[in-house]
Amino acid sequence: MQTGLQRPSAWYATPALLFFGLFALVPMVLVVYLSFTDWRGFGFPGLSGTENWTRLVQDGEALDSLGLTLLFMVLSWLVQTPIAIMIGVWAAGKQRNRAVLSTLFFLPLLLSTAAIALLWRSVLDTNFGVTQALPVLDRFNFLGDTSIVVYTVVFVVSWQYIPFHTLLYQAATRGIPASLYEAATIDGAGRFKQFFQITLPLLRYTIVTSSVLMLVGSFTTFDTILILTGGGPGTATRVAPLYMYITGFSAYELGYASAIAVLLLLLGGVLSLVVTRATGFRNMQSEQEGV
Amino acid sequence: MTSRRLTRVAVSATSLVLIGSMAACGSSGPAGGGGGGGGDTAQVWALQDAALAPILEGSIERFNEQSEAGDAELTTFGNDPYKQRLRIAIGTPTAPDLFFNWGGGNLKEYVDAGEVEDLTGMLDENPELREAFLPSVLAGAELDGANYGLPMRGMQPVVLYYNQAVLDEAGATVPTTWAEMLTAVDQLKAAGKTPVALAGNQPWTELMWAEYLLDRVGGPQVFQNIRDGVEGGWQQPEVLEAMTLLQEFIERGAFGSDFASVGYDVGGASTILAQGDAGFHLMGSWEYTNQLDQSPDFVAAGDLGWTEFPAVEGGAGDPSNLVGNVSNFYSLTADSGNKDAAREYLETQLTSDEYITDLIEAGDVPPVEGIRDQLAATDNGDHATFVYDSAVAADNFQLSWDQDLTSDEANEMLEQLSRFFLGEIDAQGFVDALAG
Repeated sequence: MQTGLQRPSAWYATPALLFFGLFALVPMVLVVYLSFTDWRGFGFPGLSGTENWTRLVQDGEALDSLGLTLLFMVLSWLVQTPIAIMIGVWAAGKQRNRAVLSTLFFLPLLLSTAAIALLWRSVLDTNFGVTQALPVLDRFNFLGDTSIVVYTVVFVVSWQYIPFHTLLYQAATRGIPASLYEAATIDGAGRFKQFFQITLPLLRYTIVTSSVLMLVGSFTTFDTILILTGGGPGTATRVAPLYMYITGFSAYELGYASAIAVLLLLLGGVLSLVVTRATGFRNMQSEQEGV
Repeated sequence: MTSRRLTRVAVSATSLVLIGSMAACGSSGPAGGGGGGGGDTAQVWALQDAALAPILEGSIERFNEQSEAGDAELTTFGNDPYKQRLRIAIGTPTAPDLFFNWGGGNLKEYVDAGEVEDLTGMLDENPELREAFLPSVLAGAELDGANYGLPMRGMQPVVLYYNQAVLDEAGATVPTTWAEMLTAVDQLKAAGKTPVALAGNQPWTELMWAEYLLDRVGGPQVFQNIRDGVEGGWQQPEVLEAMTLLQEFIERGAFGSDFASVGYDVGGASTILAQGDAGFHLMGSWEYTNQLDQSPDFVAAGDLGWTEFPAVEGGAGDPSNLVGNVSNFYSLTADSGNKDAAREYLETQLTSDEYITDLIEAGDVPPVEGIRDQLAATDNGDHATFVYDSAVAADNFQLSWDQDLTSDEANEMLEQLSRFFLGEIDAQGFVDALAG
């Protein structure tokens, strides 16, 4: 009875475990099985040996799409992190104008991905878009020029997700004890010094959390790109998840698409482990020790 | 500690579950209207289409009133869900008895898997049924000399549309040959217009140019060799010749420079034509209804014109040949438990006067013989009779390549085509990529 008082029974976890098993583990096991078949979406998926896997190893397009995914992840992180930190720290202030403006900044959070992608597709349209009525911007074909389109996608995805990360930083900044700043002011530290010596170091675990979410998130980003560019023009924005989708649901090579999915699953798992390990996410401790 | 680490791994993996589940299950949910296999009501599956649905429903009702072999029931689905649902259902007890399809490679996959009933015998027994359809259209669901489907709605060939006002302004005339087309392009360019509107962010619009040029250069057999998997299919010299013409056409600036981001779905290329920014637009015959919807003033002013794709001088293809959506077909599943009712439906309903009249009134051009006068009497008689005459006169009606090839081949072909239009590969590169 003593242990019963301390912890709820293990049965309490059953619904969550069932849900996880049914919607995460079972599909994962199935997709591994399918990756060894030549299933085309109908009939019984018969085994085809390692055919899909040898094909994947030699598939230059898959490699290209993975490279593009990596580029996309790095660019997204580089763009989103500094902006989210800056807006987040700024929005943590209690001034009324900041509260009003932050509400506006968070608007993209309320929009669905499909709406955001459609919105930007219209805005950036090379014939009828808003950008065509503006100076300088009208010279670019944001969605049609293969050398710019990746940056366009990074921009739109950043626009979509920066508010979320801003929210993380805002909350974390508000959690920093005011006494630290008071002490710093007495010691003669200016705003910049306070930001770099107090705010930023104390935000480090938030930066880790936000980065993990950003990297894993952009690794699997798919819906925005599908609607915004469809992976095009040509294959200029066909990131790995989109390549998997097109192979599976456009070419109906579901066996091969499953092999790509398994690879993404493995890479994604490795990515999460590496990021959490390298950043000490696992050993996180309270940020307020000694305060 | 170990269990905590496991939990963490599992949690990280959850964020990737989307991927797993996406590839593992195509679609789920209750099968509409129950399974067909064992019941005594034939299940008919078709695409959801606001204009078509009441017509299909009406024909089912008429059938149920008079049928001898059993009743039929219609279930409709949206485009993408339909394709996935059908794929999952085929070969299982939940498969429909009659299913809507596009003919060609898409049907061939199911035929090769032994899931589709051969209807040749039925047509042989009913010569008047066979003769009721235009032969070039009936051929759209013919594989290795056997019929696997009957046409059930209008034809949608690809037509060269133009803006007469823009052509007049540039001093250009409607081309009948490729050389005249090039002249018109130069004149339109000189007048500061985009010569040809192209919704290039979707490669199927680019495909129309490749299809017609290859047909005009080499005739229909060249593509049919490719589709039938004849060795060296893409390496036939006609392919390179046609693609070289197309490459020169692109480099000449025929499509302008912005086409790669222009869409068809969101008022892209059609609007460019209607607003007078472009001279031509090669598109399926649904473009007419589309223009009527989106730019009624443009159509009412009489500026929207249409013509056949120009002939290529010295080419082997007959200029009467068409490409496009031949029609849609109803096919019978091989495992159907209601074959008699399904056959009776196909025999009695698809060519019935009521059904054909309904289709015509909805703006379709059904692929049946002897309806020219009826078409001419409709509101859009000019366009409807043009489509009908073209189809009757067509020596060959080639189904769009992306439908005629199997889905994986089609996918690869469209991808290389969009790279070709972007200038990433040239005509030879296109051939090499697809031959490899």
